[in-house]
Amino acid sequence: MDFAFTDEQQEIKSTARDFLASRFKPEKVRELAESGQTYDEALWGEMCGLGWPGLAISEDYGGHGLGVVELVILLEEMGFALAPSPFISNAFAGVLIETAGSDEQKQRWLPGIASGEQRGAAAFTPGEEPIVGAATGATLIVLNDGEGARIVEASEVELERLPLIDATRAYFRARSDGGDPLPGDIAAAVDTGVVASSAELVGVAARALEMAVAYAKEREQFGRPIGSYQAVSHRLAEMLWDVEEARSLVYYAAWCADANLDALPLAASMAKARASDAACQVTHDAIQTLGGIGFTWEHDIHFFLKRARVSAQLLGTPSQHRERVAALAGLGG
Amino acid sequence: MDLSLTQDEQAFRDEVREWLGANHPGPAPTGGDQAQFEFEREWQRKLHAAGWAGISWPKEYGGRGATLIEQSIFGEELARAKAPRPANVLGLVMGGPVVIAHGTEQQKERFLEPILSAEEIWCQGFSEPESGSDLASLKTRAVKADGGWRITGQKVWTTFAHEAKWCMLVARSDADAAKHKGLTYFLMDMEQDEVEIRPLRQITGEAEFNELFIENAWVPDENVVGGEGNGWMVAITTLMNERAGLGASAALGLANALDELIDLAKEQGRGEDPVVRDKVARLKIGIEGLRLGAMRALTQTMKVGTPGPEGSIAKLQWSSTNQALSELALEVGGVDALSKDSLWAYRFLRSRANSIEGGTTDVLKNIVAERVLGLPKLR
Repeated sequence: MDFAFTDEQQEIKSTARDFLASRFKPEKVRELAESGQTYDEALWGEMCGLGWPGLAISEDYGGHGLGVVELVILLEEMGFALAPSPFISNAFAGVLIETAGSDEQKQRWLPGIASGEQRGAAAFTPGEEPIVGAATGATLIVLNDGEGARIVEASEVELERLPLIDATRAYFRARSDGGDPLPGDIAAAVDTGVVASSAELVGVAARALEMAVAYAKEREQFGRPIGSYQAVSHRLAEMLWDVEEARSLVYYAAWCADANLDALPLAASMAKARASDAACQVTHDAIQTLGGIGFTWEHDIHFFLKRARVSAQLLGTPSQHRERVAALAGLGG
Repeated sequence: MDLSLTQDEQAFRDEVREWLGANHPGPAPTGGDQAQFEFEREWQRKLHAAGWAGISWPKEYGGRGATLIEQSIFGEELARAKAPRPANVLGLVMGGPVVIAHGTEQQKERFLEPILSAEEIWCQGFSEPESGSDLASLKTRAVKADGGWRITGQKVWTTFAHEAKWCMLVARSDADAAKHKGLTYFLMDMEQDEVEIRPLRQITGEAEFNELFIENAWVPDENVVGGEGNGWMVAITTLMNERAGLGASAALGLANALDELIDLAKEQGRGEDPVVRDKVARLKIGIEGLRLGAMRALTQTMKVGTPGPEGSIAKLQWSSTNQALSELALEVGGVDALSKDSLWAYRFLRSRANSIEGGTTDVLKNIVAERVLGLPKLR
């Protein structure tokens, strides 16, 4: 039993932390969010250069053949940086096709997804008119009607941009009749997408905690740093609890996606419920700790709050996932 | 990252499982009386005879020298099998490790074997009526005499005092020294008239704990551990052992209780109630969060010697989850669960202490804030 990252995984983590911190400085994130662009083609090109889009796609299709644990390591860092990019949606489309696609579908689509040159995007909610994340510039879109999924070329999909509060990512309502159904079972792939989103949420929460702690150390009122008051410091301790508990559950769920598929449904729902609640609570509490400045547009915390809230809602709300946990924990139904 | 057990770990687990299958003595009597204690003493003798008592202790001192992961597996298997606790739990978890870490060769020779065999039961004399979380403010006096020390003062929350031969006692040996510097760690013989034990009845109605009234009790020089004036440092070791003892097995205990709660909800026709289902799911998630955090902390400790931030929240996770679990059981179980004879009522009442004993939730949050987050101290 070894619940630590391997040297290679640690290397992925530190490379991602450094790269994202230098490319997605807060002012860059703000610029992308405020301009409505939501991502930067040149920065995406750099991510492709690092091989990130193909990280978890098998070598047969031009990927690196790594696992969901590695994917989750990257996504936590992307949440931490709040990096606007098509990464998660492209990766999710890749997982769906690799898990449930025919050989022909895989050969046709996965190399472009792995190189990042012909991006995929995926529905973050099932249904007749699903919500698709980060579909700008995508070549194909994987839609999911709740029963199964189909691949639709982006030109065949009517995409209506939704004005959601999270401006660091573009969200669309997708309408399409056609498409090429994936013949396989998508359940494990959908759960992997759920875990991927949970990892981003952990990163969002971890960064909000870091911002709140830094402020509590430096901001003085009544002649002392506010972090010395227990009303504040205990709240920050609870925020750490939220982050770490969610993180343990997300790493475990990622490992289940790689090595213990029987345990994945329960693990994925536990991770998403906990990570969603943690990210929402920690961003709320970060704003409370920051006080008035945290309520201004000028401070960056609101971007994290909004991402947390939207991601918590998509790919299954916390209460939907808890209902599934209850059923799988022994209450049935 | 690989969360499956290695072949060696699996073999160890299978060995534990097989032994427990053949030797489990059945459920312990309840009620906290003498019969229960003797049952637990007999169980510990059986564990010891098979080499399972003190498995974390080095082999040279009669332990098994088990790795942290093996200790964790062992604790999990005990919890899974719903095995009784060993009678001398404080000696095994705290007393022995302190003697091994800070004791003299003579002390190791004298004290360790009777701890393992449960021949001599240990209790802990740390807390005082006016010194709870602020332990270093304790007032029990130790006065130097020829060949030893005379101890006078009052201790409280002393588990197993009426069964114990030895008390791990911290007393103030130098009234003029700074608060943390004037303390010494003693092993006090409980079998002397100068130590009076009074049961302390708690909100459950039982007396799991005691008060000690100590009037001029004798401790010979050879029963000082770690040297005069080093009591704080030695005591901290035992407290750390107490906290390290939580983790995976605590999560398994909670998982067993959750299974019982789920059965109760079904029996009571509440299994379809969406509010109950939501709360059950929260408990399940909390329990898994504790279990996985304990595994992360274990790996981290084995690699670098100390757990990461996840280790600092285990006690908080456990106490809050156990409290929430028993509260939900009362709600789901209806009036029957509120009966004085109900096990759920007992668990509910007992769980109120969980956020106080072994480090209060309030103090643990201070520790997280100061040591993990690096926030400035209030003091």
